[in-house]
Order: sequence, then structure tokens, then C-alpha cells
Amino acid sequence: MKVLMFGWEFPPHISGGLGTACFGLTESLAKKDTQILFVIPKTDSETIEEGLQIRSASNVEIPINSILKHKLHHNPPYEEGEISEIVSNLRVIGIDANPAPYTTQHVLSDAVSLSSWNYQFPEKNITLSSDLDTAQTTEEATVRYQFSGGYGPNLLEEVERYGLAGAEIARQEKFDIIHAHDWLTYQAGIAAKKISGKPLVVHVHATEFDRAGINADAPIFKMEHEGMEAADKIIAVSEWTKNIIINNYSIPADKITVVHNGALPAKQNEDIQRPPIGKPIITFLGRITFQKGPEYFVDAAEKVLSKFPDVHFVMAGSGDLLPKIIERVARLRIASHFHFTGFLKGEKVDRLWSVTNIYVMPSVSEPFGISPLEAVQAGVPVIVSHQSGVAEVMEHIVKIDFWNVEALADAMCNILKYQSLSNTLRNKSKEEISGITWELAAKKINALYHDLTR
Amino acid sequence: MILQDNSKTGYLNLYFQVHQPRRLGQFSFFDIGTGRDYFDDGLNQVIMQRVAKNCYLPTNRLLLKFIRKYPDIRIAFSISGSALKQMEVFAPAALESFQLLAATGSVEFLSETYYHSLSSIFSKKEFQAQVKKHADQLKDLFGTSPSVFRNTELIYNDEINEAISDLGFTGVITDGIEKILGERSPNYLYQHSEQSTRIFLRNYRLSDDIAFRFMQKDWPEWPLTAAKYMTWVEAALKKDELITLGMDYETFGEHQKADTGIFSFLEALLSRLGKHKRIKMIGPSQAIAMLNPVDTLTVPNSISWADEKRDLSAWLGNDIQQDAFESLKKLERTVKSIDNPLLLNIWRWLQTSDHFYYMSTKTGNDGGVHSYFSPYASPYAAFMNYMNVMTDFSLQVEEMEKEQRETKKSFDFQQTGRPECIDKKWHPESLTF
Repeated sequence: MKVLMFGWEFPPHISGGLGTACFGLTESLAKKDTQILFVIPKTDSETIEEGLQIRSASNVEIPINSILKHKLHHNPPYEEGEISEIVSNLRVIGIDANPAPYTTQHVLSDAVSLSSWNYQFPEKNITLSSDLDTAQTTEEATVRYQFSGGYGPNLLEEVERYGLAGAEIARQEKFDIIHAHDWLTYQAGIAAKKISGKPLVVHVHATEFDRAGINADAPIFKMEHEGMEAADKIIAVSEWTKNIIINNYSIPADKITVVHNGALPAKQNEDIQRPPIGKPIITFLGRITFQKGPEYFVDAAEKVLSKFPDVHFVMAGSGDLLPKIIERVARLRIASHFHFTGFLKGEKVDRLWSVTNIYVMPSVSEPFGISPLEAVQAGVPVIVSHQSGVAEVMEHIVKIDFWNVEALADAMCNILKYQSLSNTLRNKSKEEISGITWELAAKKINALYHDLTR
Repeated sequence: MILQDNSKTGYLNLYFQVHQPRRLGQFSFFDIGTGRDYFDDGLNQVIMQRVAKNCYLPTNRLLLKFIRKYPDIRIAFSISGSALKQMEVFAPAALESFQLLAATGSVEFLSETYYHSLSSIFSKKEFQAQVKKHADQLKDLFGTSPSVFRNTELIYNDEINEAISDLGFTGVITDGIEKILGERSPNYLYQHSEQSTRIFLRNYRLSDDIAFRFMQKDWPEWPLTAAKYMTWVEAALKKDELITLGMDYETFGEHQKADTGIFSFLEALLSRLGKHKRIKMIGPSQAIAMLNPVDTLTVPNSISWADEKRDLSAWLGNDIQQDAFESLKKLERTVKSIDNPLLLNIWRWLQTSDHFYYMSTKTGNDGGVHSYFSPYASPYAAFMNYMNVMTDFSLQVEEMEKEQRETKKSFDFQQTGRPECIDKKWHPESLTF
């Protein structure tokens, strides 16, 4: 079984749970004699390991012809028949017209990235560019897009270009099935299906409804919907997400298979530098956006402080709601107990876990939620909202409704007050997590591949 | 070699356990100190009335009919004080139907703790007080005094036997598990090594065939008929003397709904037993009078009928359960030093074993049974709610102790001893319990 897999994140280029999930899944699939060609927007090293080959879309030479065809096809009033004619006439002009605005350098200010929906601050000095291979004749001219691979303001343009790169790879490679992770890669998946005629699986790690609620972004929703429609099978990361797909995207239930994420084995990090704080710490770790429910965390914190004046609260992450959250904290006069760290990863997260007494994920809508699993592995008692996929697979964590600030504060107070409760949560959840593996997920997905290719 | 005597009489002792806990209401950390009531008697009323309708009323009607038809039928009931009190307040018709059964003379009522509590494992004095309170209640409601004791969830050990012997009971029922019997059969009376109290051992296999497996369609014996069941009983009594069957009364109509056929099964079983030539139904006191113990039984460590482990782990198996239990226990001295019957009563309601049962973190089959009975979404929710109540209660106790100390110091002879504000905090409905 050879799988052409499209994903937006893969370690080390990760900013959220998506990259971690793709890594966990591909690693386990590769162990099950499944060969994966994984295409990501950009990587420094294109590796080939046993069963897993990584290709960077930034290195794909895309013929100018196919770019023009794509552009014209998606820009009425041209009809299919006219396109090839126009292409032969206009291709040189097309080259100029296409990448020009994006070859200039864009320096993104913090202000811009805060107001865009994002997973993290895009790095500064990122260039969106394309290298035109002028050495070739015009008929064979190709272009290479340089992807940022993040979630900056040029995201939609990057997604489109990634689709073109994906199509080109589908022309070059041989494979049995296509697997696309989240809307960012659905266009690539759809194009690959058209070119190869192979079945397409789209894997829904999150939907626009989770991220934005009723303020869903129309173009993103449309791409998600197209992907789900074009797919032969949809994988949802939870029953929660499956229901959103049924209700908000009008997809029949029998087209959707739920495959819960797994937990990667915990890294043993012995010499973590414990910050010398010495006070109880309750942590929020995630994007500070509508989806993650940061305001419920703040409101519950205020209540907790009325009973436990020594507690400190860490909010690790960034996002468009950060300014509002800081204002709210200040208005409640509890800012001296709040610490905003910005986006953290790697060892910094481990250090945060090492001093955290309680981890809270009050998400409004969380398709799965990998960070609660990481907290559990780090020995931290966890509170999550019922509106999350992780609540479906874990028993030994405290579950509340995200809007129920009193219940959230109640749980925080109890875990702070009773050592027996935090010990039991810590020990039992650690035991439990050993049964939530990527092997299990890979087994289900392999079975699904075989069903589709039979 | 003794030849099989076909005319030998075998005995069958059938008892039903009736219990409803008085469940706590939602009590958040932020309710502590606000004077909010602890118990959700609205919910308790709804559940009591539902179970009365599904089980107590129809099953009692059925039993009454069969007792009238077959005067040899004997049934024993162990009804917790908690259930009786709630029945009295919320479902008086159900209580009356039990009184009708009592009047037939074919029904025996067993002793247990009023609060269906774990007091037997932490305080002999407290335990005996609750047993006496329950006995008074039985006397009040049914005009009888119990002579055989059956503890909360069949919790049993040698010390408990001694504590109830002190009170004059002549028999005790516990579970007939291999852990205490070894190779011996549960189908006889046994005896404590130093006390004369007889020990009845529940035949858990034959009991659970009815209480659990009856409705399990993947059970090889499904569907179970009374005829088939009687062949098992007959086979056991060919050799042995006395089968004790014990199960939740809610088995009939509540845990297993009417559409499972459980009522027709019970009818068929009773009509076979009512006219059987060699098998006689027998009440526990009558059994003690007629039969002799075959051996002594030593049980140093507590056993029970709960979960696969049949020990105390259903209530005290993890840290949160033990922590909650400790915080309850440590209030005994202070609560008893304060002269306030209301306070003592609430402390006792908080001893009901169900509160701790809900906090179990067991998984698998056991976990399924725990969560079936629990009004909480998780053991953690149960713990937090209970501890919030317990913290509030501890604060009230502290406050009252302080007030009492100051009252004594002030030599104020006009002081009535109970400050008025306290009475307001304990809601009037608590008085009915």
C-alpha cells in the first residue's frame, strides 16, 4: 500500500496539534507496511526513511502551463475549451502576472499577525516567492514556489499554490490512495484524485466551525466542504467532530469514520530546569482564540483567587483574542496573578508542565486536543470541556461544560485543596493514556485504506 | 457410605434488599458557607416514585397474591432506613404495600444500619446506634423487631459478628464466597468461632442468575425459565441443606424492566416453590430455630458482595474514597460532643455507602455497575461534590463547637444551648429525615 499524503505541518515545522498528529500517525502506519509519501509546504531536508518519504512542495517544479490552466479555469468567463488556446497565447504574460505581488518581501508586524487567525506568530522576514527557471524554453518553463509553511496573511494564496504542487507530484508519482490532512491540503488532494483516479481520504483534525463558530470564514468553509464532498471517505478525529461534519457540512454519517488520535510516548526529560515559583500554578496552553475559550479560564481564575489568593495562572499561547484577554484580566484586577508567555514549544513546554498543578483546556469546540494528553504524560491533572474529542477517550480527567465557569472554578479549587484528588487524577490518567496509541489509530486507518482500494 | 435420601427436605431462604440512598444535590466550592441545603430531595423524590411504580408496588402486589395462594411462601426483606424514610415521605403507597405484606406473617424483616452506612468498619458505638435506630423504625412501621442482621452490601468480618451478637441478634447474612469458605458449600448455616450467632451465606451464583444474568442475552442459559432454575435448586438441595438467595429488590422491574419477563419468571418460580414437595421456603429466624450450624467460619478481613474483589474496595479502593472517608470519620468526636441532634443526623446521612461507591475509579464490569448507579458523570465529580459538602459541614461543626464552648464559658443560664441561626441553616425539610 502506497499512500500519497498531504499535510501542512510535520515536525520540526509544527505549531499546533496537526503536525504532532501527522507524525504520530505516519510513524505507526509506516510500521504496518504502509509506504507514505508525505508532502509538506517546506522542509530543510527531504528525507527518505523506511516507509516514509518527506517531500517539500517548495522544491516542486511546476510547469507554467498547468498554473495558467488552473488560473484560467478558476477565473470565469473562460470555458474549458478556450483555455488551452488562451494558454498558448498568453503564457508569457501569465508568468509576469502570476507571482509578481508576492516576490516582494513582506515583513509581518506583530499587529498584523495578531489580527489574523493564527496558530502562532509567523516568523519575521518571511518571503513568499517563486523562482522562475528562465533557462528553460517557454514551453517547458517551470516555477518553484517558496512556501512559508505557516499560517500568515498569505495563507489562501499558499494553499492554492500547494494544490498546484500537489497536482504535479501526483503526475510524477505512483500510489494507491490519497490522504489529505485538513482543508489546507484538500485542494491538493482533489487535484491528485482527478489526475490519478485514486480514492481520496480527507482527515478532519479541525473545522472552521471549531475555530470560528458562527463567524466561519466563507472561503475556508467552501474548501472544507469541497474536500469532504470530493472524498471517498472522511476520517474525523472524534464523535464531536463527526457530528459537526454531519450537521454543518451536510455529509451523510456513513461516509465518516471516527479515528481518535493517539498519544506519542512521553519523552523522558530528566534535567528540566524548574522555574523557582513555589506557588500553585494553573495553566492554559493553546491558541488564545475563540475556539479555545480563554475568557472562561480568566473568569474561573477570578473565582478561584477569591478562595486561594496564592494561585498563579499561566496563559501560554498567542492569538487574536490576546489583547482582549489581557484587558479582561486587568479589569478584574488579577493581572498580578497572570503570566502570558506567548507561544511555547519543546523544552519550554516541559518546563511549564514541571511547575503546573492543573492544566485546563476550556475549549468551546475541540475536535480532539493533544495538549491534555501531553499534560497527562507530564504528570499534570487535567480539566477539559465536554466539548472536546479527548473527553471521549479519557475517563480520568475532570470534564466540565466550557460555559460553566462555576463548575470549572469548583474543579480547580477541589484539585488545589485535595491532594488525594490530584494524585488519583495524575496516576489514573497516566495509566489510562498507555492504552491510547497511534498503533490503534493506524490499524483502523489501514483497514479503511484496504476497504477503499479493494 | 450413606445412601441418598430422596425424601430429605431442603430449605430455601429468599431475601430482598431494598435501598435508596439520600442523594446529595449539586454543591459547588462556592456554595460552602452559604447555607445551601446538601440533599437533592427533589431528585430523591423522583427516583423513589419511579422505583415504587416500576418495582415496589407491582412486585409487592405479586408477592401478596402468591402468599395468599400459597401460605408456605416465606420472604425476608432488608429495607434500609434511608429507603423506608424516603418511602414514608415520597411514596406512602409503597410503604403501605410493605405493611400489607408484613401483616401476612409470611414476611420477615431484617436488621441493617438505618443509613445504609459504612459505620460497621469504623466505630462500633456508632454502628450499634444506627442498628438500633433502624430497629426502632421497623418496630414503628411494621410492629416487628428483627432478630437477624444483614449489613450494608453484606460487609462482614468477625468483629461485626461480635458487635451484633452484643445487640442480641441470633443470625447474620453475608456472601458465600470461596475466599472464606474454601472448599465448603455455602448451602448450610455456619457459626462464629466464639459467638453463637448463626451465619447465612448467600449463594451468589444462584442469586446472580436472577439478579444479573436473567436479562443477558449472551448468557448461554438465556432465556432462563423457572423450570430450568428449579432443576439447579433441586440439584443443590439434594445434597445440601439451605440455599440463601439474596438480591436487590429493584431486580424486579427497575434494573430489569418488566419487558425482560422478570415478573413472569418470579410468578412461575413462586408457584413452583409454593407447592414443592421436598423444598420448603423458610424465613431466617425459623431456619435458625430448625437447623444446626455445620462448621465455624473465621473472617478476619472484611468481605462484601460488591465487585469482583468482594472486599471493601468498592467504597474505599482509591485515594479519593479514603480521603473522603477519613474526613467523615474524624468528625465523630466533635459532632457527638455538640448537643444537636440535627447535626448528628446530617453527619449520619453523609455516611451512606453510596456516596463512596460513586467515587470508584474501577473500570471494566465493575466500573459499569458503579456508573449505572451513580447520579454523577464521573467519580471525580462525585468526590468534589461530596467534599464540598463535607467542607461546609466541617465549618458548621467547628462554628457550633466554638459557640458551645463560649456559651459554657459565659455562664449564661438563660442560654438555650442552640443558637437560633443554626436552626435556620438546617432547612426545615431536613427535619423530616
